[in-house]
Amino acid sequence: MAAEDGHDHRLARIASSIRVIPDFPKPGIMFQDITTLLLDTKAFKDTIDMFVERYRDKNISVVAGVEARGFIFGPPIALAIGAKFVPLRKPKKLPGEVISEEYSLEYGTDKMEMHVGAVEAGERALVIDDLIATGGTLAAAIKLLERVGVEVVECACVIELPELKGRERLGDKPLFVLVSAV
Amino acid sequence: MSACKDEDPRISNIKTRIRVVPNFPKSGIMFQDITTLLLDPKAFKDTVDLFVERYKGKNISVVAGIEARGFIFGPPIALAIGAKFVPLRKPRKLPGEVISEEYVLEYGTDCLEMHIGAVEPGDCALVVDDLIATGGTLCAAMKLLERVGAEVVECACVIELPDLKGRERLNGKPLYILVESH
Repeated sequence: MAAEDGHDHRLARIASSIRVIPDFPKPGIMFQDITTLLLDTKAFKDTIDMFVERYRDKNISVVAGVEARGFIFGPPIALAIGAKFVPLRKPKKLPGEVISEEYSLEYGTDKMEMHVGAVEAGERALVIDDLIATGGTLAAAIKLLERVGVEVVECACVIELPELKGRERLGDKPLFVLVSAV
Repeated sequence: MSACKDEDPRISNIKTRIRVVPNFPKSGIMFQDITTLLLDPKAFKDTVDLFVERYKGKNISVVAGIEARGFIFGPPIALAIGAKFVPLRKPRKLPGEVISEEYVLEYGTDCLEMHIGAVEPGDCALVVDDLIATGGTLCAAMKLLERVGAEVVECACVIELPDLKGRERLNGKPLYILVESH
């Protein structure tokens, strides 16, 4: 696994703390497991710090995290930069009135939901998840936010699987990642 | 909604930020929605600070958070006190080898899982969730940790529903909460 910026010594430790699990959730998939990163207190802190350093002076008022691993990285970033945290969830989890965005899976579709009123038109948002694969989930998150008039400034993930070309599904939105897994 | 005794001045604002949604997920249930708390950066920060002030310097080496809302509060606490964060998840979400603990629901049972090797014998652990109702989930979480030889120091939740007597299901382990809801 290669670190994106060879000049930052923190990245090597972050990259090596991620565990690869073969054949999960099905044969042929090499699953990038961030739970081992969360067990390395320095690597976890460095991960958050690297995002915070990038976003703290960018007038971002919303950090939207994709359920469930986006809930682990999003809130610490939101707290450090003084932004709201907005959870984007699977259907029927959020209790209040929601808007939904459907997106494609390999087989079939899924839906992502956000509470009505969580964000306001004109806000500047970050979308966070642990990993970008095909980009379908992040693309749905961007759509949800844009539908209510929010400007998505960037998508941020710990890991990218570049061969799946997820970056191309984000339209004109930039993507920032810490490690690339080939 | 009332706060626990010795009310810190920050708690009043935290209480007002929690939204009650009637009849979710089914008729008769008054759902305590913490997503509105997360929209107020000061209230969210105060929530985390209250837990951090209590647990910093107490040699806690593990913060275990219960999927999914425990993933929002657990990691910021873990980062601030220098502990590992361990996600406790619904079945088949964790990619590596797991141990499972079954627990009783109103109708039927559910299961909570933890990665093998995440927690070591002698680890001192905190269990974090947004809310304690009947205590069934927290009880299962404590059992998982104790089965691998960790000591559960305390359970910590933002909200308690005291009428459901969840505190009594914690096998004598202490519970710390910020607000009560009757």
